[in-house]
Amino acid sequence: MAYMSEGAAGLRSVPALLQRNASRFAGRPAYREKEFGIWQSWSWAETQEEIEAFALGLLNLGVAPGDHVAVIGRNRPTLYWSMVAAQMAGAVPVPLYQDAVAEEMEYVLQHCGARFVIAADQEQVDKVIEIQDDLHQFEHMIYVDPRGMRKYDHRALHDYAHVQAQGRAARDELIGELDRRRDALGYDDTCVMLYTSGTTGKPKGVVLSNRNIIETAKSSSEFDHLTPGEEVLAYLPMAWVGDFIFSIGQAYWNGFCVNCPESAETMMTDLREIAPSYYFAPPRVFETQLTQIMIRMEDAGGFKRKLFHHFLNHAKVVGPKILDGKPVGMFERLKYALGEFMVYGPLKNTLGFSRVRVGYTAGEAIGPEIFDFYRALGINLKQLYGQTEASVFITQQPDNEVRPDTVGVPSPGVEIRIAESGEVFYRSPGVFVEYYQNPDSTAGTKDAEGWVATGDAGFIEEATGHLRIIDRAKDVGKMADGALFAPKYVENKLKFYPNILEAVVFGNGRDRCTAFINIDLTAVGNWAERNNIAYASYQELAGHPQVLDTIQSHVEEVNASVAQDEMLSGCQVHRFLVLHKELDADDGELTRTRKVRRNIIAEKYADLLTALYDGSESIYTETEVTYEDGRKGRIKATLQIRDAQVVPAAPMKVAAE
Amino acid sequence: MMDGSDLGILGKDERQDAVKDASKEVGYVTEDGRQIGGVLMELRNITLKFGGVVAIKDISFDIREGEIRAIIGPNGAGKSSMLNIISGFYTPSEGELWYKGSKRPPMKPYEVARLGVARTFQNIALFEGMTVLDNVMTGRLTHMKAGIASQAIWWGKARDEEIANREIVEKVIDFLEIQNIRKTPVGRLPYGLKKRVELARALAAEPSLLLLDEPMAGMNVEEKEDMSRFILDVNDEFGTTICLIEHDMGVVMDLSDRVVVMDYGKKIGDGPPDEVRQNQDVIDAYLGVAH
Repeated sequence: MAYMSEGAAGLRSVPALLQRNASRFAGRPAYREKEFGIWQSWSWAETQEEIEAFALGLLNLGVAPGDHVAVIGRNRPTLYWSMVAAQMAGAVPVPLYQDAVAEEMEYVLQHCGARFVIAADQEQVDKVIEIQDDLHQFEHMIYVDPRGMRKYDHRALHDYAHVQAQGRAARDELIGELDRRRDALGYDDTCVMLYTSGTTGKPKGVVLSNRNIIETAKSSSEFDHLTPGEEVLAYLPMAWVGDFIFSIGQAYWNGFCVNCPESAETMMTDLREIAPSYYFAPPRVFETQLTQIMIRMEDAGGFKRKLFHHFLNHAKVVGPKILDGKPVGMFERLKYALGEFMVYGPLKNTLGFSRVRVGYTAGEAIGPEIFDFYRALGINLKQLYGQTEASVFITQQPDNEVRPDTVGVPSPGVEIRIAESGEVFYRSPGVFVEYYQNPDSTAGTKDAEGWVATGDAGFIEEATGHLRIIDRAKDVGKMADGALFAPKYVENKLKFYPNILEAVVFGNGRDRCTAFINIDLTAVGNWAERNNIAYASYQELAGHPQVLDTIQSHVEEVNASVAQDEMLSGCQVHRFLVLHKELDADDGELTRTRKVRRNIIAEKYADLLTALYDGSESIYTETEVTYEDGRKGRIKATLQIRDAQVVPAAPMKVAAE
Repeated sequence: MMDGSDLGILGKDERQDAVKDASKEVGYVTEDGRQIGGVLMELRNITLKFGGVVAIKDISFDIREGEIRAIIGPNGAGKSSMLNIISGFYTPSEGELWYKGSKRPPMKPYEVARLGVARTFQNIALFEGMTVLDNVMTGRLTHMKAGIASQAIWWGKARDEEIANREIVEKVIDFLEIQNIRKTPVGRLPYGLKKRVELARALAAEPSLLLLDEPMAGMNVEEKEDMSRFILDVNDEFGTTICLIEHDMGVVMDLSDRVVVMDYGKKIGDGPPDEVRQNQDVIDAYLGVAH
């Protein structure tokens, strides 16, 4: 693979980038943090001094090259400085999730053998003290906020400010050693170690080299034309790879300013005050914000509400087109400009999105309406697809090519390959070095040629070159005719309708797909109330013919949309039924995190599943349910089975062959 | 930046003076190892009458430097009256108040406040229409001395003074973790938070003696836990002496170093929580006996 000149002009580590920034952007702000009601700021030159003093303090405490230094706490400049100071001293920073309980921390601290821990406050210090007897290599802990720490045993516990002061005092003595270590940092030395959250099995320590971080920061910055003038709000967990790339990698590469909120609760106020130009949030955040806006608009006066909805409808039609630079009529543009003045502008200002030039979301599927809402307002919200193992970026959406259902084109320098099974593989300069002390897992994920398995199944759209992720690879199957079966893809589409709470799609190894559907009692109940439809129970509402009609129309819309995909058109739902009870974790039908357990449901409702495939019009069934107090009961019901209209597969498949 | 010791909120010199003055008696060390100093305030033979009603009858006790002192008792025992005497709302009919080693003459509440006594109220007494920040700023009123002209044009002394006082207020806001409601009008806050804002206002005055009138009344368990933690933190970080009235026995016994028990205006017990719990008069007062 052709890399840029080794480490782009000798910038082979984050401390080297810091040195460059301290001279090139000396007086420009590098960090801001709201403290005591005021945004305090530090310039790049001051940042360099702070970090250097702390690094000297670490040397003074005996940090050796290759040591692991754990960093625990919320996003604060001091903790970012701690990470860079550790690198400067030749050590490897290991940020940990601050909300992890003590036992979870114990595993990670033990696994990486951290000699030093830098903790934000008393809460984190207490957790480490609780487990320190089992940490054989642990020696010193440094805390940032001294509140409540006065009475602690300070033999192995140090105040951040004190360590820094001692570093300053010992400067003459130690600066030679620090310079030597800083200059010795190589492009392939470890930059940071990040633990994957470990939803399956124990967390794994992903080792990322300076090359991984700097090459990724460089190419992704070029992709989005990031400049030293960007403002970001650092509010996502420091242990997450995305925060490391945005708040350290890209920030140091470009020299832009990282803003830290006052506390987790003030995030929204701080967001508004900073008005970042480059912003990332998981779909959930956008969803919550949209709900809040809508609720508050319902409480607004009649005139304001009408104005809001009128202009919002207009924005939904022309907003995305204007954002994508597509032709829009003069009158439409004028009306949009008026809307910007009266509605969109003030709304974006309230949300803190006035200056967002590049916004990203990732992590899970985002509802198209949510996505379109923000784009309609003129916010350049895009999707990316990434992993810790890739130093975040695998694919991302270029400006002007944004759609809710793709995750974009391969990021610069990334190669993508789709395996026979449909699983997505990638290779890039950002690919991790190894899982720390876990050669088996490393070998299982990354092959000799550097291809990494994502565990996700997807395909590349031929027309646009965009990657579309359809499901976890292990859930994807084949239908009887060999077509791809991706249940979650269809279920997600169904669940975007407010009336549908859960959907379970079947069809693996069969000739066509069918579905169980759960109605959302709140949404459907609300609808029934407004339309004077009386019902006595969930079961009655779920079986109401009008409800079934509504659900049927949703299913048919989804079928039409699924048919657009030549690869997935086989996943259209031919027949469905609306379940007489809500799927429940107490009955083992869902996991505690509300993921459907497909096989258990198929077994438990085998009679219903059979009926879906044998052509019957209705089926009588009895189901055992567990009440909250643990008692069991049976409910009986006769369920209607509906045939949904399917759309013939898109002709593109034929055309492509 | 975050160092508690230089918050300037301690009133340290004042406290040390008080310790010297009260050196006639040495303090004690609490179970958790805190050094309690000499007497900060002493009430000698206090009697309070409203016409023919005797609300408090010949009560004496002291509050020591750095301790958390609780006053407990059944309804109508005279606890709040006692707090009102300390804070200057009532003048005792008989008896003497000694504060920092000297006898305190009858005073108006604002004069008492200037001596470094701050309080919270049983029924929240905040300005509902003002923001949290403005409410807490009112706690600094006794420290602001700029003239009305300077205040009106907000220039010179008034401006410098406000900035200096705002800094102290912000440190209190940070300490009590209410940054997120800084600009919220108090009327929109839930009850538990209002209580915390009241505590913030009292703390902003940098008191050497903090009086809390039922700080946990009407709170749920979680709010009580938070409030308890803040009370302990205030005492621990700033060394503030605290005198509190509380009904929740569990809370009182956990928080306080020494407890005064009152019943029908009389003192029926005084001592560390464990000792008071064993006291037969106290048990009778709470469980009830035939009179």
